[in-house]
Amino acid sequence: MTDIIGKKWIFFLLSGLIIIPGIISFVLWGVRLGIDFSGGTLLEIRVQSQSTKDAISEIKKTAESQKIEIGSIQTTGNQTYLLRLKQIDRNQNKKMQDELTKTVGSVTELRFETVGPTVGKETGINAGKAVIIASLAIVVFISLAFRQIPKPYSSVKFGICAVAALIHDILVIVGLFSLFGHYFKVEIDSLFITALLTIMGFSVHDTIVVFDRIRENLSKMPGVNFSQVVNESIIQTLARSLSTSLTVLFTLFALFIFGGETIRWFIIALLIGITSGTYSSIFNAAPLLVLWEEWGKKNTNA
Amino acid sequence: MKNNRLLLWGIVILAILAAIIDLPKSFRLNFTLGPLHIDRIVYGPQIDWKIGSFEVKKDITPRYGLDLSGGTHLILEADMKDIATQDKNNAYDAAKNIIERRINLYGLTEPVIQQSKIGDSYRIIVELAGVQNINQAIDLIGKTAQLDFREEGTVSAQPMAATESALLSILSMKKTGLTGKNLQRAQVRFNPSTGKPEVGLEFDGEGAKLFERVTSKNVGKPLGIFLDDQILSYPPPIVQSTISGGLAVISGNYSTDYAKRLSIALNSGALPVPLRVLEQRNIGATLGIQSIQKSIIAGSIGLTIVAIFMVVNYGFLGLIADIALLIYSLVTYALFKLIPVTLTLAGIAGFILSIGMAVDANILIFERMKEEMRWGKDRLTALSFGFDRAFPSIRDSNVSSLITCSILYWFGTGSVRGFAITLAIGIMISLFSAITVTRTLLRFIYR
Repeated sequence: MTDIIGKKWIFFLLSGLIIIPGIISFVLWGVRLGIDFSGGTLLEIRVQSQSTKDAISEIKKTAESQKIEIGSIQTTGNQTYLLRLKQIDRNQNKKMQDELTKTVGSVTELRFETVGPTVGKETGINAGKAVIIASLAIVVFISLAFRQIPKPYSSVKFGICAVAALIHDILVIVGLFSLFGHYFKVEIDSLFITALLTIMGFSVHDTIVVFDRIRENLSKMPGVNFSQVVNESIIQTLARSLSTSLTVLFTLFALFIFGGETIRWFIIALLIGITSGTYSSIFNAAPLLVLWEEWGKKNTNA
Repeated sequence: MKNNRLLLWGIVILAILAAIIDLPKSFRLNFTLGPLHIDRIVYGPQIDWKIGSFEVKKDITPRYGLDLSGGTHLILEADMKDIATQDKNNAYDAAKNIIERRINLYGLTEPVIQQSKIGDSYRIIVELAGVQNINQAIDLIGKTAQLDFREEGTVSAQPMAATESALLSILSMKKTGLTGKNLQRAQVRFNPSTGKPEVGLEFDGEGAKLFERVTSKNVGKPLGIFLDDQILSYPPPIVQSTISGGLAVISGNYSTDYAKRLSIALNSGALPVPLRVLEQRNIGATLGIQSIQKSIIAGSIGLTIVAIFMVVNYGFLGLIADIALLIYSLVTYALFKLIPVTLTLAGIAGFILSIGMAVDANILIFERMKEEMRWGKDRLTALSFGFDRAFPSIRDSNVSSLITCSILYWFGTGSVRGFAITLAIGIMISLFSAITVTRTLLRFIYR
């Protein structure tokens, strides 16, 4: 029989290998905040001028003459450019586009989004609140749902281990997106927070299935060592956990390849998160539970 | 057994109904099958029935959020610093009503106008779908539009340059007390001799009297018409004679659209407080249409892959799960159309995601059934054991997903809310389809 609990340190190590570069990146470079959080303006335009180099230099020149600060210019398609600017209002936007028409031909505005700094800060605070409240709600929910767990095991421990697995997933995804932000200029926007909360929900979804089996087996195998019960439960639910994650990953892959441009990074976040969520439910949450129980036992015996 | 039959028929009818509701408004059916050649336009259903005096009419075209239909999302903040605390809410409501009136008069369809007070900030959220001249529309909405008439003030005796004296004379104009409050109605007209657009003003009783007094006092002198402290027609017209009918005309080099907006602003009344744009998002429509098409393709492919996977893994059981999954998709989309749920791009992604998650309950049940059969039970018993034993897991795990959905809904706006709603509805319907539909189908087959 495969011993997963016995090898738990290998799995913790693996988690560490993925999380630590992310944390280092986060400490060094933070995350790239999109305008949803930092305020500013996003302007996506299609111009007539064929040459990319000319277009970009003209855009820079025009912005400078209008005293508009450009954060970055990205090519997002054929003759299509995405400008990130410090906040401008619609009059400045119109003037800049009118000036630009003189040098790069007709300018079609595909997107214009401007967010003031107060709104941006609020969104950030709300996002933080949402993640914290979700975590607390989940601990409470699991503690309640598993309250008939036979003594001496406590359902609150189950809840906390589930949330620990959750935090693992959050660290993985935030760390990775910090790296993506640094190397690929990917930004965090409110959709990212949506992905984060969805991943939290899904990760718990997964963890509950494993814990549910542990609960059942605890009453079915009363005398057996705790870590053995957990191990057995993991193996029994392995097929199901993998299958469920696969079906979700299939649909996400379909969206990734065939879906729209604007939600691409949102889908990537979900893909990474769901994979991490499944992994953490099987290889982190349950082993953590065993670890806790064993430490507890050691202390009471000592 | 009889109950099962009934349930089965119920599900079949539900599926067919859902499929009909899901049909797009019209689509072209064009194919050749041997000798059979079909080329016609099929129309989706329209709910517009009359039974005696009882009428049911519902538009079931899908509602798209701004990111798909193109349009503008605005967050305006009212500057309340000059308003006394007890008057704040009245001013807030008045501002919202005036904005609503202006938008409707300008002819913009189906606007969304909401008040949203966050702490000390009195905000109004405006969403306009598919607007062509968005800058003009925003100008119209945000304009305070305080109209007042001013007469010549005391002019300095010192000699000055022509332009300076002109400017100074405008700045020194005195308010006459005739303001927009005395305005009965403003109308766009076309000057009979020049054909150019103008705005005709009609004063109320008191205003007409005041206007008569002002014009008689100022014959031969300029009369300035100011909007938000800015002169409307420059140079200010000279009063030709006393006007007693209470009618006046504002003319300048106006476009028809400008005259229209001016009259709308005047008719709706001045805003009690100035408004500031906190956030503005313009989305072009083309991105949206492509996104919808791509999402449909992605969804269909996703569904197919999951279906194949289920059959490969669970054989015949998998096929049954696939049928349940198809019914799930049909019913959920029909619900989106009926409620209606505003679909955003993230919302559609949420729907497709929920298709992947919908099979989860089935997988739980089937794995359980496999185990029960391994432990020696026959198919029918394994079936009921499978469902019963798996149910607590299914219930608990889906509730946790629903908890995060509700937190997402509370925290988010627009796109995020769209995702939360579609995912939540998807999860709830999937519980129904996985448990009830699959169980009924299987009971029927295992007889």
